[in-house]
Amino acid sequence: MDDTSYKTDALIADDIDAYLDQHQNKSLLRFITCGSVDDGKSTLIGRLLYDSKMIFEDQLAALESDSKKVGTQGQDIDFALLVDGLAAEREQGITIDVAYRFFATEKRKFIVADTPGHEQYTRNMVTGASTADCAVILVDARKGVLVQTRRHSYLAHLLGIKHLVLAVNKMDLVEYDQATFDAIVADYSAFAEEIGIEGFTATPISGFKGDNITAAPSPNTAWYDGPSLVDHLETIEIANVAAQEKPFRMPVQWVNRPNLDFRGFSGLIGNGSVKTGDAVRIVPSGKTSTVKSIVTYDGELDKAVAGQSVTITLADEVDCSRGDVIAAADNPPEASDQFEATLVWMDEEALKPGRGYWLKLASQMVTATIQEPKYEINVNSLEQLAAKTLRLNSIGVAELHTERPIIFEAYTDSRALGGFILIDKITNATVGAGMLHFSLRRASNVHWQATTITRDQHADLKNQKPRVLWFTGLSGSGKSTIANAVEQRLNMMNRHTFLLDGDNVRHGLNKDLGFTEADRIENIRRVGEVAKLMTDAGLIVLTAFISPFRAERDLVRAMMEDCEFIEIFVDTPLEVAEQRDVKGLYKKARSGQLKNFTGIDSPYEEPEAPEIRVNTIEMTVEEAADHIIRQILPLK
Amino acid sequence: MRRLTHLERLEAESIHIMREVVAEATNPVMLYSVGKDSAVMLHLAKKAFYPSPPPFPLMHVDTTWKFKDMYALREKAAHDAGMELLVWQNPEAQERGINPFDHGALHTDMWKTQGLKQALDHHGFDAAFGGARRDEEKSRAKERIFSFRTASHGWDPKQQRPELWNLYNAKKAKGESIRVFPLSNWTELDIWQYIMAENIEIVPLYFAAPRPTYEYEGGLFMADDIERLEKVMGGKPEIVERSVRFRTLGCFPLTGAVESEASTLAEVVQEMLLTTTSERQGRTIDKDDGGAGMERKKQEGYF
Repeated sequence: MDDTSYKTDALIADDIDAYLDQHQNKSLLRFITCGSVDDGKSTLIGRLLYDSKMIFEDQLAALESDSKKVGTQGQDIDFALLVDGLAAEREQGITIDVAYRFFATEKRKFIVADTPGHEQYTRNMVTGASTADCAVILVDARKGVLVQTRRHSYLAHLLGIKHLVLAVNKMDLVEYDQATFDAIVADYSAFAEEIGIEGFTATPISGFKGDNITAAPSPNTAWYDGPSLVDHLETIEIANVAAQEKPFRMPVQWVNRPNLDFRGFSGLIGNGSVKTGDAVRIVPSGKTSTVKSIVTYDGELDKAVAGQSVTITLADEVDCSRGDVIAAADNPPEASDQFEATLVWMDEEALKPGRGYWLKLASQMVTATIQEPKYEINVNSLEQLAAKTLRLNSIGVAELHTERPIIFEAYTDSRALGGFILIDKITNATVGAGMLHFSLRRASNVHWQATTITRDQHADLKNQKPRVLWFTGLSGSGKSTIANAVEQRLNMMNRHTFLLDGDNVRHGLNKDLGFTEADRIENIRRVGEVAKLMTDAGLIVLTAFISPFRAERDLVRAMMEDCEFIEIFVDTPLEVAEQRDVKGLYKKARSGQLKNFTGIDSPYEEPEAPEIRVNTIEMTVEEAADHIIRQILPLK
Repeated sequence: MRRLTHLERLEAESIHIMREVVAEATNPVMLYSVGKDSAVMLHLAKKAFYPSPPPFPLMHVDTTWKFKDMYALREKAAHDAGMELLVWQNPEAQERGINPFDHGALHTDMWKTQGLKQALDHHGFDAAFGGARRDEEKSRAKERIFSFRTASHGWDPKQQRPELWNLYNAKKAKGESIRVFPLSNWTELDIWQYIMAENIEIVPLYFAAPRPTYEYEGGLFMADDIERLEKVMGGKPEIVERSVRFRTLGCFPLTGAVESEASTLAEVVQEMLLTTTSERQGRTIDKDDGGAGMERKKQEGYF
């Protein structure tokens, strides 16, 4: 075994400084091993640890005695015993979770994610694959490509692993037969092409006997002209290096503010590189600045690259906090709140479409709701199946909505800004993981353009504080009439106002909308957005809409600055409004000519704590308008 | 294009982890055992938050039986980092005079396991950094970087949260806490190489020097506090000066010394690489209860 070990014992003993120097500058490759239950995965990993001398004498002694007691290799060493960790699984003889192992050669340090091959543990494999640059797919030479092989390959591909190694194991048990190996490779090639795997490397090995693990070709496979498994792993390109070619992105984790003179933004560079003097854009605000310095404990850097944790200071005082992304000014990432994504469900409790989950993506944490899946993927046959939910270990494609826009990139472009986890708000468990495909909004390509004249300047010029006076109440309650009277008074006071009236808006902006619940929600959302723009322009906006649902009114409230949204409940009992029936609508609704009429066959949710309430039975229109004006003073 | 070395990548990952905790936890603390892993962890904390000092205190769960050199470095390291140092000694263990000779496994349980729980509860810490590594021991290989603990500090290996990419879930209910292991992916060799590269100060006991030693139950130990030893052992052990060093540091009567001439970092690493016994063998904690000792201790709340 000694001739195949990768550790140069002689160098350690003779010239430790040279040895250390060599090992100081290794690169790091993370890979995952996947195989079915008896493919010999643990044996292979045990072998890698053994050959790289990561096993000490006392561990070896324990291994030898354990091998005799519970080993499955007769009197030989059972390498699998080295890596099967927890007591429960030792008894069952299977690995049940993700374990991380470490070994090193002269060129590289390796972190191996060891994941189980059992049917029910998709979760673990996805977890292990999420940080891997490479996947080693084990196949038993006697069994060939199995359903599990396909599943593991699909998952590795789904998680964006670019380097696949097909390790045809247990070659010793098929007399090192080339034809067997070639047939398995051909079989796998056809499948790989089918699912879009661009390339893979196949190696015939025996984890048990050590063939083609560290040196190739083994005398037993003279017909094989490829590299040994370890040689190949030593030369694979690391994803981290490829990421440096992409546009610069650094999700801000933490704002470093030791004193008033220093304000730095700390984060791990996800993609690209950055130099002092580079123009950067803070998203989502869209503000631009230049990099003043890249600060580290070891002194300032001129340049930093993907994979480094740094602290950046900017030349300008711009707002930037945790969750924001500092990006290349000319090529920033998009923001959106509606996506299509692939989801992997990881919890015993199935996905509940419509329920709010925490979604964590980079350093952003938002509430997200997931629609009913478009389909579930059978990971064995790769068929798309109809699904109403996703259960533990199932994978599907669904649309999701976030409560506010998040900065993202497609997972295929960026693991850092495309991968997310879902957290149950009650149990706090990590219940799912996902990979974003694309935004469902056409507007997602529109970046927020920072303007020079601020909303405060707009308002100052008009000598007023912008506000939204949101009148809500039943049809016929007097909203429009009172709003009109209030606007007249404000106009007399030289204030700049605009009245958005429900009926008028439906003639133009919202003429494509009807009166279903969904259309009503969209109607209010649009009006909210328009009112928001008008307050940005410094106006006092009056709106007169039934706006029957509390949730939508609250949504609009949330869009506005603090204290700018004033909810005015025009409180008129249904029977009074129906009696007035100015537009004859109640009569039509009662007779069934009008559907979804608020108060009749569609609910009106009264405000729970409106800023202002006017009772139209006790007050005249003039009194109500005066009352409102008094409540909103002062105007500046 | 710049190829990062394995140490640069490990460093960046550890720093990222620490910043996530500070951003998401309410009241974090760094557990500090004064060993070489703690020294590396503390050094990384200084880097993560520079130019600010690390925004959390250092806490040492003390057994009163540590080496004198450890106590000395503890004070200095905290001071140099500009951090508050909290020391916790389990008052019950103190009152009952729990010691490694008379009380065996109870010594570790009372001072360390119970002491740690008390200290975390006392200060209301909701996240605690620890310097454990996955390569130390088989059950550690499966532990998450963010390891979730119940309100009673229990660890359930079946209920661990999946950890994908570098997205850590730090959400928890009131009373629950998270143990965070920023050195999870470091190996012992990585630690030594980093100490060397970064010139990190470690306790001199890691280097060979002539020291007063005694043999006890087949092991070689250092008589760090002879008077106290005499009192507890009921007699003075035979003391011989030998050139020894320590591969791990804990309570002096429990930490086996190895005879060695390695007095520089390079020599220590050389010896470590050529040696054929694993790191924890000098300590007795793993041996009881078959191979599952550490796993059982963790379920009960040991770090």
